[in-house]
Amino acid sequence: MQPLTPRRILGICALLGVVLFVAVVISLRLGAYPMSFRAILTSLYESVMGRGDQIPTDYQMVIFGLRLPRIAFGIIVGGALAVSGAGFQALLRNPLADPYVLGVSSGAALGAIVSLIFAPHVPLAMQGAAFAGAGITILAVYFLGRRGGQIDSSTLLLAGIISASFLSAIIMFLMTTLSGRDLRGMAFWLMGDLQTPPQLPLGFLFFVSLAAIGAIYTTASDLNLILTGEQEARHLGVNVARVKLVVYLSASLLTGLAVSVSGAIGYVGLLVPHVMRMLFGSDYRILIPASALGGAIAIVAADTLARTVASPTELPVGAMTAIVGAPVFIYLLRRRVG
Amino acid sequence: MSARGASLEGAGRGGNAPPESSDVRLHVEQASYAYAVTDRGAPKFALGPVSFKASRHEIISILGPNASGKSTLLKLLAGVFKPISGFVRVDSFDASELEPKARAQKVALVQQDRKLLFPLRVWEFVLQGRYPYGRRLRFESEEDCLMAGNALAQVGATDLRDRWMEQLSGGEKQRVILARALAQQPALLLLDEPTQHLDIGGKLELLRRLRRLADENRYTVVVVTHELNLAAEFSDRILLLHRGKALACGPPAEVYQREILEPVFDAPLDVEIAPSGRPRVMLREVNEGPWGPRQ
Repeated sequence: MQPLTPRRILGICALLGVVLFVAVVISLRLGAYPMSFRAILTSLYESVMGRGDQIPTDYQMVIFGLRLPRIAFGIIVGGALAVSGAGFQALLRNPLADPYVLGVSSGAALGAIVSLIFAPHVPLAMQGAAFAGAGITILAVYFLGRRGGQIDSSTLLLAGIISASFLSAIIMFLMTTLSGRDLRGMAFWLMGDLQTPPQLPLGFLFFVSLAAIGAIYTTASDLNLILTGEQEARHLGVNVARVKLVVYLSASLLTGLAVSVSGAIGYVGLLVPHVMRMLFGSDYRILIPASALGGAIAIVAADTLARTVASPTELPVGAMTAIVGAPVFIYLLRRRVG
Repeated sequence: MSARGASLEGAGRGGNAPPESSDVRLHVEQASYAYAVTDRGAPKFALGPVSFKASRHEIISILGPNASGKSTLLKLLAGVFKPISGFVRVDSFDASELEPKARAQKVALVQQDRKLLFPLRVWEFVLQGRYPYGRRLRFESEEDCLMAGNALAQVGATDLRDRWMEQLSGGEKQRVILARALAQQPALLLLDEPTQHLDIGGKLELLRRLRRLADENRYTVVVVTHELNLAAEFSDRILLLHRGKALACGPPAEVYQREILEPVFDAPLDVEIAPSGRPRVMLREVNEGPWGPRQ
């Protein structure tokens, strides 16, 4: 019997942090402009020590102007998606839940596009609309996925997939009315893409995501009990309704933020929590921080591949995650049925 | 106390006098419940007024055919439902008024096991029973581990500690679920058909264990069950429900009367008293008389 201790959680987070750092450095190295690891590490060190002026101007531009911001957005998006996936899995008591599969990402994308059409210059309108789109979609999917007052796992997934295709159809319709815009950019964004940086300060996104992840984390031990059985959890004194509300709002916010930054990147919310469960166990007190870091690692890696596989052309990062994620989804689905 | 502690299975302990008030753990007085009014009209009573008391060391079995209000009564006792009349008091607190965690420190409910979504170790599962004693985001203290260990020992499952929940047999799983309830250190232990998926040996073992827990560890135990004979053997008192009404409440030998049981269960039953003084129920010839094949 080895109960989970804060020390163990910190240890695992430190380990994942190192992996993330390595992924970031490799991602910084790869690209059209050649740089050595040594040069990258030196530049990073100088910058951290506050001697940014000693870094050569071209490195300055490539690392801090181009590659690092994109990586940073990727880290936020990956962490947000993975934690919202873990949250939805607990909320819906469905191990296959994921913001993309459930149509929540499509709902957020629709919200973002509607705000682009009707309020293109209002600050935060896109994020707010994406949040609303995500929240409304998950509610709709939740009620469509119920049968006789009970949530039915397969019905829920079907409801999500059908909602996603319905919402995508509306998005397509709206896009055809958008004239003079870059349709390829839009199509890329819909697939999930980190090429176009959002018009938002990085710090703002970071702290809002961190707050939402933190909110879910405060319910971690309640989620453990809810996953074992909702009624049992209630008998053990868990305020199930309050926990569900917190997770519902936070996970929708995280999905909305992620989609407003990068479009609908699929399967990260499904894949990362599953891998983390296999590595570190199902306890949500470790699963949430591990998923946040794991999601960041996954997106940084996927985006690096997306940038380099077909260089000089870039693939959307969502294509990379789907190529890996869809087969794993099928595998998990088959294993559950069999 | 001495006579009770001595007999493991409570044999020879028929005819219990009603418990003195100081010792009363569970006090149910005229408690009734009705589910929400349907659009068709008047509310349907799920459970008419029920009254009984239970003290430490006692096992009360709730018997009755399906849809007789057993589960509703159990939910009233667990404080999930608030009675529309009367009261349910545990250690003189109203069960439904208690704050959820405080209630979970007094009342533990053992339900039928369901499939787990994600794999869980036995000790992780049992530690969940310590939830009511912790704060938000809590990490288990040494005391929690000690209590969980004790709970596992009480059900004789110490050696299962590091196994995965889904690798356990039905009987082992039931013991671990019981251990989680014991880790709550409750005064009142409620069990909803705990023997349902067990074979006869497993059923006997579980009830023996409950008897021991009541005798030695001073739990008050309320069991909802369909096992007429096992209930007669191990219970101090039987509460018989029929169509939402409490038909009888008393020692097994008093409640187990052919004229009471037959109409309730709609089956031809014979009752005989075993040498221990406990009644036994047997199914009579089913193909004759009023219970013969009906066209």
